[in-house]
Amino acid sequence: MVENRPLLTFLSHFVVLLGVAIIAFPLWMTFVGSTHDQTTMLRAPLPLWPGEHMLENYRTVLFEGFGTGAARTPLYVSLVNSLIMALGVCVGKIAISIIAAYAVVYFRFPLRMFFFWLIFMTLMLPVEVRIVPTYQVVASLGMVDSYSGLIVPLIASATATFLFRQFFLSVPDELTEAARIDGAGPVRFFIDILLPMSRTSIAALFVIQFIYGWNQYLWPLLITTRESFYTVVMTLSRQVNTVDAAPSWNWIMAMAMLAMLPPVLVVVLMQRQFVKGLVDTEK
Amino acid sequence: MNKRVTFNAKLLPYVLLAPQIAVTLAFFIWPSGQALWQSVILEDAFGGNSRFVGFANFERLFANEGYWASVRITLFFSLMVASLGLGFSLLLATMADRIVRGATAYKALLVWPYAVAPAVAGVLFGFLFNPSVGIVAYFLKKGIGYEFNFVINGGQALFLVILAATWNQISYNFLFFLAGLQSVPRSLMEAAAIDGAGPLWRFWTITLPLLSPTGFFLLVVNIIYAFFGTFGVIDAMTKGGPARATEILVFKVYNDGFRGQDFGGSAAQSAILMAIVVALTVIQFRFIERRVQY
Repeated sequence: MVENRPLLTFLSHFVVLLGVAIIAFPLWMTFVGSTHDQTTMLRAPLPLWPGEHMLENYRTVLFEGFGTGAARTPLYVSLVNSLIMALGVCVGKIAISIIAAYAVVYFRFPLRMFFFWLIFMTLMLPVEVRIVPTYQVVASLGMVDSYSGLIVPLIASATATFLFRQFFLSVPDELTEAARIDGAGPVRFFIDILLPMSRTSIAALFVIQFIYGWNQYLWPLLITTRESFYTVVMTLSRQVNTVDAAPSWNWIMAMAMLAMLPPVLVVVLMQRQFVKGLVDTEK
Repeated sequence: MNKRVTFNAKLLPYVLLAPQIAVTLAFFIWPSGQALWQSVILEDAFGGNSRFVGFANFERLFANEGYWASVRITLFFSLMVASLGLGFSLLLATMADRIVRGATAYKALLVWPYAVAPAVAGVLFGFLFNPSVGIVAYFLKKGIGYEFNFVINGGQALFLVILAATWNQISYNFLFFLAGLQSVPRSLMEAAAIDGAGPLWRFWTITLPLLSPTGFFLLVVNIIYAFFGTFGVIDAMTKGGPARATEILVFKVYNDGFRGQDFGGSAAQSAILMAIVVALTVIQFRFIERRVQY
């Protein structure tokens, strides 16, 4: 603030609070919806204040599931699948990117720039534009309905490789020289010096990639056909779109809460790493 | 940009690169090549025979009125998502930048929508505006007598997917604008204030020009997001309906390829989308280097 203008300060608070209210309103209604029983949730107008059926709804959704026949899968199965997928994508991406960046920065070898550009090209090709052939590759490898099918095709990442490359380039050469004089080979240098130094970059990437993995939708939709492999976001969307006489909004909203909770918690609790990751990956 | 000090090893760098390159080749380069190849061949429904047809798939696509309708919807959709999102988040960021007390708390309250999956955002907004129980639809009807039914009204469905997609992207825009605002030199603002420039005039003549690189970067990112990142919103809320009113290009690729089994047509659409995303990425990289202002 350059000068003191009480009226403008008041206006700023007012506008931001209004913005917060508008942004949080869908979340509030979802929470409220998850705390009432089914009959309340079928009668407009819906209550604006939480009810008393919260624990009951969450218990039903988590451990019994709802719907009929095959659609009746307890949600903890989907939550576990989402967690496996998110962690797998996250760890896989970081692992293969950091060693690839290490190779590109710290070694001179034929075709180095060719490989670098090959990785760079993946930046331009989101899953959405090559849906059918990617599915065909995965199907021909027999990876439909498996965790490796959910995870492996998503772990190549140009952004993560770039981020580590930028970071490695900023590490002083003197460090490498000192390590070499002390007799450290490339593997030892990587594990004992470079890896510990990359901690903050890894943490920032972890947050961004966890959210990316957890929120994947189109990919699991394509390559899973059995409920036991559905992710939570997928299960939610399927339940909303089932043609049912009386949609169980109370249970659907409880599912939505559970689908949102882990990534939202990660963002709120690791806000510093999150902002760093967001800014770094876009550079 | 090269290191002066490097290690000598013949095999090791290839071993280190192998996993990344293998995944890239198998799941990026090869399928993309396949998409390009499939766009110029015609396959019968059983996948038995295929023959080279040149640009016939593209000609068929361009002659299809449904494709152009989808193009128009996509353009309108992405322009709306980008402009609404940028406008609203710029307003929020400008106000939040002025706030000294409680700034961190406000930030925490504004960043979390980024963590919500697009498909979940679609479910949330579909619930709020549900024609039979949705609270917003109810108040619109009771309050001002406006009938909101996105299940049958195409225009309202398009409005709703725009709203949900914008909401999902707000925190991203907000964080970048806030970072941009905080890097505006204080001395410049103080000098302008001493010269008698009011807050609005300062915003117009100093802040806005200095923010234009951030704004342009966000514009491109938002258009890429609206084109490719919003599949979940649409699939969870409207499935491209009613009557294809919300069928954006990405959804059409999926629909034609997987539901309609029209591989040639779907591949031709993929090829066009690839060209679009490559063009957008190139613009993003070129202009970010050069900056818009000064």
